[in-house]
Amino acid sequence: MNQTRFFILSLLAGTLSVFAAEPGGELRFTMRVEPKTFNPLQAADEGSELVRYLTGGVLIRLNRLSQELDPELASRWKVSEGSRRIDFELRPNIRFSDGTPFSCDDVAFTVKQLMDPSLHSPVGDSFRTGPGETETKCVSAVAGMVRFPAPVASLAALFDQVAMLSAHSPKRDIAVLGPFQVAEYRAGSSLLLRRNAYYWKRDSQGRQLPYLAAIRLDVQQSRETEMLRFRRGELDLVNKLDPELFDQLAGQMPAAALDAGPSLDWEILFFNQVPSAPIEDYKKAWFQSAAFRRAISEAINRDDLCRIVYRGHARSAAAPVSPSNHFWTNKALGAAEYSTRKALRRLEQDGFHLAGGNLIDRSRHKVEFSLITNAGNKLHERMMSMIQQDLAKIGVHLNVVALDFPSLAERITRSFQYETCLAAMTNIGLDPNEVMNIWLSSGANHPWNPSQKAPATPWEAEIDKLLYAQNRMGEAAKRKANFDRVQEIIVEQAPVLFLVYPNALAAVSARVKNLSPAPLYPQLYWNADRLALAEPARAAR
Amino acid sequence: MLVFGIALCANLVTRRPYAEQYREAVAARPSAEFPLGTDALGRDRLSRLLYGTRSSLLLAPAAAFIATVIATSLGGFFAFLGGTWERAFAAFTDAFISLPWFFVLITIRALLPLNVEPVTSAVITFGLLGLLGWPLSARIIRAGTRTFLTSDYFLQARASGIGTGPLLCKHLGPNLRPLVLAQFWISIPVFILSEANLSLLGLGVAEPLPSWGSLLRELESLGALTGHPVVLLPAVLLVAVVSCFQLLLQYPEEAT
Amino acid sequence: MRILATTLVLGFLSATMLRFSPGFDFDEREMDIRLNAETKTLARVERAREKDLASFYAGYLKAGLSGDLGMSRSFNQPVVQLIRDRLPLTLVSLLYGVGGGIALGLALASAIVLLRTASLEAVSSIASGLFLCVPSGVIALLFLWTGANGRWAIPLVVFPHVYRYVRNLLGVAQSSPHVLTAIAKGLSPARILTRHLLLPLTPELASVAGMAVMLAFGASIPIEVISDSPGIGQLVCQAALGRDLPLLIAITMMVAILTMVTNGIGDTFLEVQRVQ
Repeated sequence: MNQTRFFILSLLAGTLSVFAAEPGGELRFTMRVEPKTFNPLQAADEGSELVRYLTGGVLIRLNRLSQELDPELASRWKVSEGSRRIDFELRPNIRFSDGTPFSCDDVAFTVKQLMDPSLHSPVGDSFRTGPGETETKCVSAVAGMVRFPAPVASLAALFDQVAMLSAHSPKRDIAVLGPFQVAEYRAGSSLLLRRNAYYWKRDSQGRQLPYLAAIRLDVQQSRETEMLRFRRGELDLVNKLDPELFDQLAGQMPAAALDAGPSLDWEILFFNQVPSAPIEDYKKAWFQSAAFRRAISEAINRDDLCRIVYRGHARSAAAPVSPSNHFWTNKALGAAEYSTRKALRRLEQDGFHLAGGNLIDRSRHKVEFSLITNAGNKLHERMMSMIQQDLAKIGVHLNVVALDFPSLAERITRSFQYETCLAAMTNIGLDPNEVMNIWLSSGANHPWNPSQKAPATPWEAEIDKLLYAQNRMGEAAKRKANFDRVQEIIVEQAPVLFLVYPNALAAVSARVKNLSPAPLYPQLYWNADRLALAEPARAAR
Repeated sequence: MLVFGIALCANLVTRRPYAEQYREAVAARPSAEFPLGTDALGRDRLSRLLYGTRSSLLLAPAAAFIATVIATSLGGFFAFLGGTWERAFAAFTDAFISLPWFFVLITIRALLPLNVEPVTSAVITFGLLGLLGWPLSARIIRAGTRTFLTSDYFLQARASGIGTGPLLCKHLGPNLRPLVLAQFWISIPVFILSEANLSLLGLGVAEPLPSWGSLLRELESLGALTGHPVVLLPAVLLVAVVSCFQLLLQYPEEAT
Repeated sequence: MRILATTLVLGFLSATMLRFSPGFDFDEREMDIRLNAETKTLARVERAREKDLASFYAGYLKAGLSGDLGMSRSFNQPVVQLIRDRLPLTLVSLLYGVGGGIALGLALASAIVLLRTASLEAVSSIASGLFLCVPSGVIALLFLWTGANGRWAIPLVVFPHVYRYVRNLLGVAQSSPHVLTAIAKGLSPARILTRHLLLPLTPELASVAGMAVMLAFGASIPIEVISDSPGIGQLVCQAALGRDLPLLIAITMMVAILTMVTNGIGDTFLEVQRVQ
């Protein structure tokens, strides 16, 4: 209910304030890492993806508020041949930022570049679902089609990430179709984007978008410094705010603190189930027992994690899809239950017993294991301490260890020298096909037992079957039914414990108009072309 | 001594366990129930401060002692040898300082089992600090020894026929004492802070055991710095202890 | 020649340390759930090329002779360019840190010797204790909070070490016969301080300057990270966390040269003293 009210209010505010804002001005915010590339097809890091989003023109845009697909450079499209082919019709008279006209040739050129295996584009890999050549055909300057060698689920939605390149422009590297273009880059320091004078969109009054004259992105890793600069008026927006900083801001500048509700991201805990992992056999037996995993899940007080670690700015999680993902969330799966009594009963049924405050297994081993996470993440460190105390209540002795990220990654992807791991997962897309690498037993990112040659358990085999089947289905409702079942299996088997869905928190200056915050990436500036400023900013540092 | 004594009797001063989370009293202000309030997880700050003081004040001086002994032995010895040996030692310390020990530390962490008791982890961490934290002190002690060996009275004493052995035993020690003590006390807070940084590599004092380092890390946010002043107490206590240490060392020195 | 040889050995040693550290051949692309198995395998193969240290280092040095120090994996930029862009900022920070730290430490220690007041001694002890005990990141944060540049924290990190060392040296020198004679002769305190205390201690002070450079560089790493200053300190952090071999070797070599040059100056003074 609150969410709905927030949504309506923000839409209303956006609609009303557009008239108060004057075109022009420079919006200032930060990027945590500097872009590694300006080639939109190779964007993989946060900085490069941000630049791609703000400068790239796409055929189809995923509306971050309605979660529906909106026509962008393509005014119409049609997916056919079991999700292998897409036919599109382009808007006429569109030009790149250097003035060269945009046509079907550019789409064909972009797709050819994208599908070049030597490019190893993350977006290209999402389209590459089977062997064979991709075929593109232009019927006219504004109409054409692309046929992929194998079905690509949610084919149209994937085009949201494909920024069109120019096939003919003499300034091919810098010609863009998005609202802004790169004007100045100071390595390690800042990036200036200026409005694209040839941007094709206009508002309801016929004024050309974007309203902003420029966007300045400073490279800023320190959240503390970022907030200091926001408070001084040197920054207009802060995305993905830490709950502690958010509460401090809410206390000092309530109007600036913005909670857009649960994001698509997860905080998860998973057990090492790799058969060859260098851990004791009796521990492997615990982690391979669904009853043990579910008991651990029941012993964790998720509401306390939300209330204390996230200061109320998170929602207790139970399933792989956040409630913010309107279509794919499985409403039948209730919230995870917290009950030490139930957890102990389940453990007793599985052969464990309590002795002197310690949980003992069938082979008389004291239940003690370690939980690793990435160092420097204050929220994770606090979550680990709380889980440590929760599990002590059922006699489990948990040792918590924070490791630097490459060490952690090496343990969970190569050496498998770990027992359990606490990790965060950032979801950009809505469609389950975008997380196939996580749920398929053969997936390299299958957390508990990656890259299996054949599914190790019957329930993993069933998940594989359901996922492959939905991938071939065109009808959304049938795909949803399959993925609902996948979610149910994951909850029943609990190889991964979903702990919380953190809220999308932000800080917004009063001078920024037309904001419509969404829980999906890029939360605050998904409608960057419509953002406007009411008054000049203070001088930057 | 008072701080150290109270820390050793921590269990008599407070009955609240340092790891217990009072989840209904998170970030509580000081009260009769929690004299210093609670931290972000609802843990009693007084208890954590006392137990943190106990572990840090036991282990950091021990590590500082190891580092100072290594620095004094090597710095003094090679300065005495002089010539090529001394130059080689200088090059060795320069090389030692320049190397990225970060990777050795994470390799050590990788060799340790994950299920290590917090106390063991703390002992290993401070041991490593002691073994790796000597080069800067060694350079200074080497310079001090060199100054002593080139001083007028040392040369006069040698010229008057006193053997090098007795001279070193009788005069080098007392001459280097202030230098060595200064390096020792400087190393204590440096190691306390380094321990907190090592916790980022999976070393350091593991949760839930508190340490001064982990308590000081809480200050690394503006919210903490501008919030309730009780958060500053670990820093105040550490400054007080280090300053007392410094003054205590200063006065006997000046009396001699 | 000695500096060059040591630098080359150190470059190789640092590469060896990195090579055998956990997560060396991990590529962050492996965690990208959009990438397929083929691309991930390729990422692994690319990283594995650096596993043969001897051939990697030989190639690195060969390319280095023509001014190419390789590409940084963390930044996707040439290492030479990264260092060229960021070195000036760090050099200025070091200048602030070393100059400010030595000036502050010397001034306080000298004032105590000149004025001989217990209160000044106590205040100085507490001040040096304070800046030794508070993490450098916290000091930088306080400067940022007041609107100042975070690099002002560096002198404050360096000062306690200098102060403590110089205070001890002056304490010992104060009771030496020639100083006592100078006092008995009625020389002004300022003259005693400059001519009879500080001047003979020049070799030790030069050695403390070497130490100050190292301390200032060490402090610049967290301070540049917290202040978001694009300097070498920030690169060190990224190189370590990204297991960035070409960048790390270049930085180690640079730090080694800096250490050896600054400490070499101190050693030269000591050597001159020995000869005299």
